[in-house]
Amino acid sequence: MSFPWAKDYQPQNPLMRFLDEKLPLPRLVYNAVGAGYPVPRNLSYFWNFGVLAGFFLVLQIVTGVVLAMHYAPNTLVAFGSVEHIMRDVNWGWLMRYTHANGASFFFIVIYIHIFRGFFYASYKPPREMIWLLGVVIFLLMMATAFMGYVLPWGQMSFWGAQVITGLFEAIPLVGPGLKTWLLGGFAPDNAALNRFFSLHYLLPFVIAGAVILHIWALHIPGSSNPTGVEVKQESDTVPFHPYYTAKDGFGLGVALIIFFAFVFFMPNMLGHPDNYIEANPLSTPAHIVPEWYFYPFYAILRAFTFDFILPAKLWGVLAMFSAILVWFFLPWLDKSPVRSGHYRPLFRKFFWFGLIPCMAVLFYCGGAPAEEPYVMISQIATAYYFLHFLVILPIVSSIERPDPLPFSITEAVLGSDDNAVLGDKAQATA
Amino acid sequence: MATTTGNAEVADVTGEDGVRRRDFIEIAAVSAAGVGALATLVPLVTQMAPSADVLAESTTELDISALDVGQSIKAVFRKQPVFVRRLTPAEITAANDVDVDSLRDPQTLAERTLPGHEELLVVMGVCTHLGCVPLGAAEGENKGEFGGYFCPCHGSHYDTAARIRKGPAPKNLQVPEYSISDTTLVIG
Ligand code: HEM
Ligand code: FES
Repeated sequence: MSFPWAKDYQPQNPLMRFLDEKLPLPRLVYNAVGAGYPVPRNLSYFWNFGVLAGFFLVLQIVTGVVLAMHYAPNTLVAFGSVEHIMRDVNWGWLMRYTHANGASFFFIVIYIHIFRGFFYASYKPPREMIWLLGVVIFLLMMATAFMGYVLPWGQMSFWGAQVITGLFEAIPLVGPGLKTWLLGGFAPDNAALNRFFSLHYLLPFVIAGAVILHIWALHIPGSSNPTGVEVKQESDTVPFHPYYTAKDGFGLGVALIIFFAFVFFMPNMLGHPDNYIEANPLSTPAHIVPEWYFYPFYAILRAFTFDFILPAKLWGVLAMFSAILVWFFLPWLDKSPVRSGHYRPLFRKFFWFGLIPCMAVLFYCGGAPAEEPYVMISQIATAYYFLHFLVILPIVSSIERPDPLPFSITEAVLGSDDNAVLGDKAQATA
Repeated sequence: MATTTGNAEVADVTGEDGVRRRDFIEIAAVSAAGVGALATLVPLVTQMAPSADVLAESTTELDISALDVGQSIKAVFRKQPVFVRRLTPAEITAANDVDVDSLRDPQTLAERTLPGHEELLVVMGVCTHLGCVPLGAAEGENKGEFGGYFCPCHGSHYDTAARIRKGPAPKNLQVPEYSISDTTLVIG
């Protein structure tokens, strides 16, 4: 772990020395997020989002545990118990609005974190495992958020559950049986609500476990940085504490201001009004869509309207899952010797003018009604999405001639690395 | 390295078939534990399947004497909607005029109704795409491009025989098992 020049933990206080011998927890913290963890000195604010994601995970767990003290997972009373939280429980409205908007912000933060990874090719060796675990975390987050949205038992909850479990029906042979098994019935009902509550409580702790592995894997090579040049020497790094505790603290402050502006002034902006109508199994809302953070994948699902060897429905489901699964292969699809998009002119163009607009279009279409022209636009964007990862990225990364890289992080920051880095020895060897 | 263990003879306790007794015990014990572990999966997996009370809610009776030509009613079967529609002659002709082989899920209207009751169409109100309730059963709702049902979720159009004609749904709206006695329709 870490670099040879990492500071060693040396407790002064006898109590801390005792603890260090019996259970070296403070040492673990010191080496993970303290002065004992050297980090590249040039990290930009895009590197704040991992810590922000961790913060929102904790926030979801804390507010979620509180909500579970007042919520009842039974179809007869679930909707009412949520209104009870909103109106009768002391500060219940704050807990619920924080939890609901917290999920949205968790996804905003994670999307930025992931797209940081795309641009800086953070997934490249030696960080493949960090990336793979990250994608697993993202899949777990999607499952957790989906099941959480079912709990208030509003119209969108019910029809969301119906549509998403319906996806599994597309699987040949076992599909219909699988759906019934997942729901414990022929349509979402009490059995489904209860198990979703059980799993919605469980999964965040599984995510927390996966995050520990993610960070463990991160601490072996250490963080990458905006140049993508690996750390070579001590002057390339600064200790995590106080430098990045301060930078992350500032970022967290900004994030919290924006977050609570939503919680206090527009708590329902990211939600759907239909979810304030109790679930009615006999009537589907005219326009059903998932939560905004699923829009791009929902657009991909709906883009398949024609049979081609396989039924349209199966294509849609396969494409939707593949859209995320393709991320698992990125470390091997991107063949460039250089990581950072700053030194890859062509790659950068396809990122800003290809992938980003494509995602924006998918986001938009996922929330639009299932009509023309949105269906056709989704089809084009879906085609580009897969083309980008499976064709454009491998080709561009193989043929592109990257710009010259700085010799070291220090040179990138200071313009020269002679004195700063190797001190007197640099003069001698120069 | 192994000289300090002091039980070098153990290696010699090998049967004629070359199997050590210890290997046999190990394989037997691990296999027994493995079978046991697999057996515990059965209750863990099947507890998620529909419970007895959910399976029990399985017939619905309806009085259809008041259902006029061109009208529909929505009922509930197994907690899911069912559409019962008395087709107009024009709707029946429209359904029969279609070339069955050109359909995604080829079925004639006759195959989807009971003999002698071709005008009475009983289908589950569950879109075969992802399970939304299609529109078209109530007065004034969008019936889609083929005059039957329209699913607003992802735009599936069903015709007057509730067969899939356009959009992502793979199958016709499902016809549940039902029988008709006089003016009563028994579903399930
Ligand atoms: C609960 C969710 C997550 C948490 C709490 C989390 C936490 C972190 C933290 C604290 C870091 C170090 C700081 C940073 O580089 O920003 C990090 C790095 C990283 N994360 Fe995550 N992460 C999460 C999800 C994800 C996901 C979904 C992905 C990708 C699909 C991902 C990919 C990465 C990669 C590649 C790095 C290393 C980046 C580098 O050093 O350049 N993470 N994560
Ligand atoms: S659920 Fe009916 S079209 Fe998708």
